[in-house]
Amino acid sequence: MGTFALQMKGITKVFPGVKALDNVTFSVRKGEIHALCGENGAGKSTLMKILSGVYPVGTYSGQILINGEAVFFKSIKESRQAGVSIIYQELALVEEMTVAENLFLSHDLMRQKVINWNKINAEAQKWLSNIGLNIDPQTKVGDLTVGKQQLIEIAKALTNKTDILILDEPTAALTESDVEILIGLLKDLRSKGVTCIYISHKLGEVMTLADTVTILRDGQTISTDPIKELSEDKIVTKMVGRELTELFPYQARLIGESILQVENYSSFEAHSGKSIIKNVSFTLKKGEILGFSGLMGAGRSELFTSLFGGLKGKKQGKVIIDGKETNIQKPADAIQEGLAYVSEDRKRYGLILGMDIAKNSTLVALNKVMKFNIIDDALEVKRADEITRKMKLKAPSLETKVGQLSGGNQQKVVLSKWILNNPKILILDEPTRGIDVGAKYEIYKIINELAEQGVGIVIISSELPEVLGMSDRILVMTEGSISGEFTRKEATQEKIMACATGGKIREQSIAY
Amino acid sequence: MNNPLPTNANVIPKENKKLSFKLDFQAYTLIIALVLIALIFGFFTNGEFLSSRNLSNLFTQMSVVAVLAIGMTLIIVAGHIDLSIGSLVGLTGGIAAILQVWFGMNTVVVVIVAVAVGALVGLWQGWWVAYRAVPAFIVTLGGMLIFRGILIGISEGQTIAPLNNSFKLIGNSYLPYSIGYIIAAISVVLLFVSTARMRAKRQSMGLAVPSTFVDYGKVAVYSFFTLLITYMLNRYLGIPISMLIAVSFAGLFLFVSLKTSFGRYVYAIGGNAEAAALSGINIKRNVLYVFILMGALAGVAGVLLTSRLNAATVSAGNMLELDVIAACVIGGTSLMGGKGKIMGAIIGALIMASIDNGMSMMNIETFWQYIVKGSILIFAVWLDISSKK
Ligand SMILES: Nc1ncnc2c1ncn2[C@@H]1O[C@H](COP(=O)(O)OP(=O)(O)OP(=O)(O)O)[C@@H](O)[C@H]1O
Ligand SMILES: [Mg+2]
Repeated sequence: MGTFALQMKGITKVFPGVKALDNVTFSVRKGEIHALCGENGAGKSTLMKILSGVYPVGTYSGQILINGEAVFFKSIKESRQAGVSIIYQELALVEEMTVAENLFLSHDLMRQKVINWNKINAEAQKWLSNIGLNIDPQTKVGDLTVGKQQLIEIAKALTNKTDILILDEPTAALTESDVEILIGLLKDLRSKGVTCIYISHKLGEVMTLADTVTILRDGQTISTDPIKELSEDKIVTKMVGRELTELFPYQARLIGESILQVENYSSFEAHSGKSIIKNVSFTLKKGEILGFSGLMGAGRSELFTSLFGGLKGKKQGKVIIDGKETNIQKPADAIQEGLAYVSEDRKRYGLILGMDIAKNSTLVALNKVMKFNIIDDALEVKRADEITRKMKLKAPSLETKVGQLSGGNQQKVVLSKWILNNPKILILDEPTRGIDVGAKYEIYKIINELAEQGVGIVIISSELPEVLGMSDRILVMTEGSISGEFTRKEATQEKIMACATGGKIREQSIAY
Repeated sequence: MNNPLPTNANVIPKENKKLSFKLDFQAYTLIIALVLIALIFGFFTNGEFLSSRNLSNLFTQMSVVAVLAIGMTLIIVAGHIDLSIGSLVGLTGGIAAILQVWFGMNTVVVVIVAVAVGALVGLWQGWWVAYRAVPAFIVTLGGMLIFRGILIGISEGQTIAPLNNSFKLIGNSYLPYSIGYIIAAISVVLLFVSTARMRAKRQSMGLAVPSTFVDYGKVAVYSFFTLLITYMLNRYLGIPISMLIAVSFAGLFLFVSLKTSFGRYVYAIGGNAEAAALSGINIKRNVLYVFILMGALAGVAGVLLTSRLNAATVSAGNMLELDVIAACVIGGTSLMGGKGKIMGAIIGALIMASIDNGMSMMNIETFWQYIVKGSILIFAVWLDISSKK
């Protein structure tokens, strides 16, 4: 553990209008798990993109040493040859291809004149079981959930010789049980001598996993400390530059009458007619925060996408909003009824990446910034400015393209877009995925404020502490139906996990 | 630097200048390309290319491509393509000529019918694309053959001519000199006023304001060219009516693309259709509208072309789609969708028309013209792609 596997010295990177990194120093010892922490937009992803050659030599200043030798990567390919593998925050799999094809896409096995598919599939199976995934290598990646795709990404990185493995928020999209698999996997890799750089906003994981933690703030290195000398609180304080006392700003609220009533709701897949949601009934009240918990693939996102009119297949059951039965066929109908749905996959379903922040944030509520059917630029910018300030969005200007924002800030734009439309019912699917602790707290406060104003709120989250900390009531889903209900008082992690797994023992799930 | 306060309005003025230069890079390269083309052709034709007479010709020729490029920009921004417009221009122009020459209908009726037929055809193609999910490439490739076929069928393969005087005037008349100057003067004043207002507005909204020098420098250059072109055209017959029509449509669609929800939605759909759909945007209906507009504009272009030539032929508008798509791409419209500007397409149309016109004047053979135009198309797309890296 003595020598450095990686040293980055005096790294500075400027984007038009932003200095993303300012003289950053970052050193990683051989064979350790080194966590990189910092707020949204601190520059973590940018630093890793420099290391992996995404931003080639010449587009930044500073020096990179691997095993003491200076390296100058001009492309990702060169960094990979040097044993650096990166798994991006944004998934980079080809959805139309199978798992096996994705795993070996840039591998030598694919570079044969005649590709030996049997061998590839067998190899794929081996790697999949290595990371504890039990799926057919011939499944199309697009058919897998985000969480499973994330694990495939990791397997893909490992198929190449890897000395330094970089994981940029690998667990943001994972459920607790998959996080356990991943943590086990990383510990195993450490024992095999792989050096690992780990970016995460989940400090609990950082504390269990990391040997050393480096903290970035506003593009500068704040500190590098061994984990022994740190605690979650200390990390947070260093990240945000001030002390954060509570994590969940929960306040008991006055809960009003029912605003959304779902009765015997079922939904079927468009092509196969397979039932995805089975006979679900629940009520949401004005000013209530209703948590939805469950394992990955339990059907929480599907339930709400379907209610929102975003799924094609057949539907059955009653949906009553504000006392009136509704017939929502498409998202526009749902929006008309006062629904808002913040999807879990912001890049795919939430944002127009090539559009600027102002235009993205007014996309749903466009009629609110129009006068006589004409867009009023001044009003548009004013509304966008108000809401993004409220969300504490960090960006060079409202005219910055959303694609250039850091992941967390992109999420804030999605939230802005929906909240700007003053919904009656706000459905939040993984609302704080990829958001730093400070900003999370701000978002929780906004959620509470909305509930205070009588908005009915649904939070779907894979982070149990979040569901427990924010909700007035928690529903648990298992395999497309509701398997349990808990009040805030009753709920504990154990009870929810037991309920989510349906009493069946699944060893990875009973981590708590 | 370490306070976690919002920084969105807190912009760094010094770096903004760089930003605005960067953003307008494409606009500058277009202008530079245009000037270079003018100089090169001017040189090889002993100045004849830049003569009043030729400029008048050039702007008349350009108007057909310009009108089409306006619609094509919307189509491409929405993430589609329309290969049928050349045939549709021929068909709508042919129908107008047939109705007038064979059936003696008056010009107003004939023009309305031509535009309406274009819009209906657009509706038909848009329906296949939006509601039947057949790729636009295929639908319009089919349309290209179908419309040309219909044209040959109904015209029985003949050239239909001559048209009434009133019809001929659309593409062959000019504004009186004084009115030309008045319009030019008004547009220059409007340009200055709107720039000043835009600057004041951006300032009040807390957005980055480009430096005075850059902004007014640009306005000054535009004004200079507007007046110069007006002067040059007035030395001959005046501003061509067809050019005025094209510019008016450009203005109208510029407004539509920037200030209406329809315009905004088209960009959103092309940028990310799934996200747009979940934001409550009706993808199918908006795509249908885009195709209807494209069809109607093809009708307008058909009228302009037939009027200018004072005849409808079976090959009218052949391969026009290539010029139009090239004009859009040169003007910065991305074939990936979601990105593109009407003004860029107009300048692109001017560039394409200049190349056509200049090469003809130099008596370069037709085969060379094809080769050059094809190469320019590829080069323009490559430039677009490599500038993104
Ligand atoms: N391609 C780009 N163009 C312009 N600015 C960029 C680009 N990529 C990143 N930035 C800016 O650089 C800064 C650092 O971004 P980065 O993505 O590295 O943050 P991060 O620490 O990974 O944040 P998060 O936790 O939200 O993922 C941000 O201010 C971001 O807006
Ligand atoms: Mg990041």
